[in-house]
Amino acid sequence: MSIRYGLLALLERGPMYGYQLRAAFEEATGGTWPLNIGQVYTTLSRLERDGLAEALPASDTGQRPYAITDAGRVDLRSWFTTPVQRGERPRDELAIKLALALTTTGVDVPRVIQAQRTATMRSLQEYTRLKTRTTAPDDLSWLLVLDAMIFQAEAEVRWLDHCEATVARKARGTASAPSITITPDRDEVSQR
Amino acid sequence: MIVELRDVHRVHGSGETAVHALRGVSLSVGAGELVAVMGPSGSGKSTLLNLCGGLDRPTRGEVVVEGWALGTLSRRRLATVRRRRVGYVFQELNLLPSLTALENVALPLELDGMPIRAARRQALAGLVDLDLGELARRFPEQLSGGQQQRVAIARALVGERRLVLADEPTGALDTETGEAVLRVLRARVDAGAAAILVTHEARHAGWADRVVFLRDGVIVDTTGPIGDADQLLTGAPQ
Repeated sequence: MSIRYGLLALLERGPMYGYQLRAAFEEATGGTWPLNIGQVYTTLSRLERDGLAEALPASDTGQRPYAITDAGRVDLRSWFTTPVQRGERPRDELAIKLALALTTTGVDVPRVIQAQRTATMRSLQEYTRLKTRTTAPDDLSWLLVLDAMIFQAEAEVRWLDHCEATVARKARGTASAPSITITPDRDEVSQR
Repeated sequence: MIVELRDVHRVHGSGETAVHALRGVSLSVGAGELVAVMGPSGSGKSTLLNLCGGLDRPTRGEVVVEGWALGTLSRRRLATVRRRRVGYVFQELNLLPSLTALENVALPLELDGMPIRAARRQALAGLVDLDLGELARRFPEQLSGGQQQRVAIARALVGERRLVLADEPTGALDTETGEAVLRVLRARVDAGAAAILVTHEARHAGWADRVVFLRDGVIVDTTGPIGDADQLLTGAPQ
């Protein structure tokens, strides 16, 4: 997603100027997506250029609020109802790293997987702790953002478990003496 | 420390068919600490839990529960330590169907010789602590799966018991109900208990202070102490 639609959605609440938008954006995303004020104003001028937002006359304090236009509302509705495509997200460095680890000699793949699993698990613990200790249990937006991160981290751990099992099964399948039961030599077998 | 495993080995069977369930595991869990154990089937998770609770004995190494080295205890003494110090929560079949929630929670105390009235008074206090007071007179079949598990946690920690060993306690529950069970476990730990939670679900392990990864009977990694959560958030992927 772009900051563009985030700001448009906030302007739908009513006119706001740059600093207000930045604060509201960070509040809505639970501080997970910090913005600098330069990004806010660059985005606002693009929205204005595209006719999706317009600058209102400056207030007494010299602040220039922006308001969403009708075209902006149409664009925003369309954004809300269009599913996010996985392919539009940045390429997954972790998947690429594992794919390369498998085909690069001398890389201890289970160790690569475990290092990632430990790191992801630690993030999951942190998110869970934030969730249980949140001072705003009624802040549904914040809780849903946290849940999204929790479910994503969980999915990553499950995927890593799956990768590990697949690599181990493949290694066992190619070993000369396949081992069905768990024996003390299983490690050696699976690494052959 | 509430429970300590010192270089524990457990071998099932002997000779060529021997299965090394645990191979030199050391682990300490103190009061106020929830430790999750994760690993694939056959990695030794359940063996580890059984050893902590004195349901199984190590082939080598030592298990110490609240200062008692379990290997040095007579059978009778071990049974007492197990009954008074350790509570279990399993995936299912936790409560006796012919007893009410209150009677289930009071049972370990009554078995230990406490007069019925005193036992039930303590049991009720335990249920009320976990916001389960209104369920006290219900039978297990009148409780949902999540309520049954929360009653099981109350029973696991009734009396002077401070160690809970939980084996996939949220296994058959949906996300929200499972979370309610973990919230109760977390609250009891924060109040001074110690718990070991065996789970294959990362989301549930997320409730732990420390996560231990078992592979083929060996601890291959552990998540370290939790740091500054806010710092982590600002570096979170966008």
